[in-house]
Amino acid sequence: MSASIINGRLIDPAHDIDDLLDLHIDGNVIVAVGDPPAEFAAEEIIDARDCVVCPGLVDLAASLREPGYEHKATLASETAAASRGGITALLCTPDTNPVIDNSAVVELVHRIARKLGQARILTTGALTRGLKGEHLSEMAALKAAGCVAVSNAHYPLASTLVERRALEYAATFGLPVFLRSEDRHLRAGGCVHEGAVSTRLGLPAIPSAAESVAVARDLALAEHTQAQVHFRNLSTQTAARMIGEAQSTGLSVTADVAVHQLHLTEMDVDGFVAECHVSPPFRTLADRDALRRALADGTISAICSDHQPHEPDAKQRPFPETEPGISGLETLLGLTLRLVEEKVLDLPTALARVTSGPADILGLPYGRLGIGSPADVCVFDPNRDWTLHLDEMRSEGRNTPFDGWDFPASVTHTLFNGRVVYRATPVS
Amino acid sequence: MPSQKSDKLQLNEHGRMRHFLTIEGLSRELLLQILDTAESFATLPGRPVKKVPLLRGRIITNLFFESSTRTRTTFELAAKLLSADIINFNISTSATSKGETLLDTLRNIEAMHSDMFVVRHAQSGAAHFIAQYASPRVSVINAGDGRHAHPTQAMLDMFTIRKHKGDFTPLRVAIVGDVLHSRVARSQILALNTLGVSEVRIVGPRTLLPTEARALGVHAFHDLEEGIRDVDVVIMLRLQNERMDGSLLPNEHEYFRLYGLTDERLESAKPDAIVMHPGPINRGIEMDSAVADGPRSVVLQQVSYGIAVRMAVLSMAMQSQADLGGEA
Repeated sequence: MSASIINGRLIDPAHDIDDLLDLHIDGNVIVAVGDPPAEFAAEEIIDARDCVVCPGLVDLAASLREPGYEHKATLASETAAASRGGITALLCTPDTNPVIDNSAVVELVHRIARKLGQARILTTGALTRGLKGEHLSEMAALKAAGCVAVSNAHYPLASTLVERRALEYAATFGLPVFLRSEDRHLRAGGCVHEGAVSTRLGLPAIPSAAESVAVARDLALAEHTQAQVHFRNLSTQTAARMIGEAQSTGLSVTADVAVHQLHLTEMDVDGFVAECHVSPPFRTLADRDALRRALADGTISAICSDHQPHEPDAKQRPFPETEPGISGLETLLGLTLRLVEEKVLDLPTALARVTSGPADILGLPYGRLGIGSPADVCVFDPNRDWTLHLDEMRSEGRNTPFDGWDFPASVTHTLFNGRVVYRATPVS
Repeated sequence: MPSQKSDKLQLNEHGRMRHFLTIEGLSRELLLQILDTAESFATLPGRPVKKVPLLRGRIITNLFFESSTRTRTTFELAAKLLSADIINFNISTSATSKGETLLDTLRNIEAMHSDMFVVRHAQSGAAHFIAQYASPRVSVINAGDGRHAHPTQAMLDMFTIRKHKGDFTPLRVAIVGDVLHSRVARSQILALNTLGVSEVRIVGPRTLLPTEARALGVHAFHDLEEGIRDVDVVIMLRLQNERMDGSLLPNEHEYFRLYGLTDERLESAKPDAIVMHPGPINRGIEMDSAVADGPRSVVLQQVSYGIAVRMAVLSMAMQSQADLGGEA
């Protein structure tokens, strides 16, 4: 089909465009920005007056639970949630069951995703067999099957030697390696940040050094192996500073942050709030502000949902026994736009961090609106605020601390591969 | 269900104690009310007729997910002296070991029409969790959750201190030992500060003290004699065996040499200082037998006062149920 999105404020950070421009789509690609091609007759006209038209969001980390954990969520439920959130490309984590450590599981996920046709599902292959941190996975086969990166999810590697070899092997095939830097010995079974709140509540705690120690190790190995290392889900000011310093010496490492880390702190855990049990834990206000600055200066070039949907049971336990994670697909855009409201980022930069920023980390042609690019588009109305209500969520996981929060803009249309996959009900 | 801050959860709209989960958020007046109520019960065990009929017809359930002898027994005795019926559940040996979730266990026991749960659990926050999910007609008393709180122990310690010292405001109190892992210490510190003592100190090696002493409102000391200098009360904490495995402390000998309380070391405290311990004591590790059995030790009084304080807490929480109306 063909479509024109007209009268909107088109923001395409990858091409430095922020202007009133129409967008024309033929089949599954963008064919023109501005004036339509000669003799172009769109089958559908989307009037985006007073709305922002931007690339569909690219999310570098979403745990989609299928196969193996369908009691938490399924690819069908979560891609529907993604569309509502304006996300058109999701990189799923390898911690499924079976683990994404062989081409059969990759193909299974891609087959289901193709059938659903709701969003672009990209896969992260396991760095080690079964994510056990010991034997290297078949990375060449994983890449051939379609994996665009490898990672060990949140599982530790057995040793620095395994890490060195894994980075070297991944670099052989040009696969980016996503690392969740955390020293498991310093983590020591902790579940919250080691600080004032953990001291008062007597909760087992994770010191900031658990992250900075691991980042130092990983930076040294990134430099040594020259592998393409991407730091996932930073939580501390020290880690952000170390990565910024490494980048300024020419090391081509990248980093992302989970969007909830930019809004909440250890104080939000007070009262044993299980919805705020995340890994890495919420840290101090100083950490949150440093992460915001690192995001503004580009040290951190992507914001993720770090989506982790859970069944209600997973959070209905005494705090330390609850499973960490937030169901975040539907609030990724809203929480990112709140950073614009709070003057942390300007709108084009904020959108860059959820579109071209993450796509560039993978070296993939998504998150942009160039001619010939896949027609993955998000249209949102910055004058239509909304409130999150748990019972209106599309995700199977209703585990979010943002219930009742107000967000400044509503997604009105999400297009994936040229097709409208989400359309908001118009305001009456 | 959204979680709530403890003061909202513990007190009903009349400011009365619905649950007793932590000292945090409770007023000085309420703590004094607990102590005064306990005072009225303190003479009962010595009388020929020991029981009062305050909680006749009520069912109290001891829900112990972690083993305990004296806390469970004193709660049981307190309930019996108030004429309540008490049921003991030792869950570590029954339901959850068969895979039942805590929430299911809770629903099952609620179906047995209990009016009150006395809960002990190995995880911090477990009593809060149960209070959030229990039916509104059930009161929850925290009998120790992880490293978080043990508020009835703290209140019996306050009761003991008041018996010996009267006014709290001029007092200096030192808490010695494994503060980091101690729910007792956390509750004591909150109670002492709420009752307005002049200073609370914590004493121990850095591996056993929390990094954020400021967040607790205490001063940290690493030298025992300096830490207990001129204090009115010395509270010794129990050192769990697993802390002595080499990662937090080299061994018990060095611990005793540095932090074990002896008559000689006690010289630096005030001459009339009392020595407390929540029990059970490791003699020769936390303190010398000469101190434990000596004239300044009030350890056994703590145990017997524990009954009166628990009677006070049980009866006050039950009274708050009257605010719900209906048959109560």
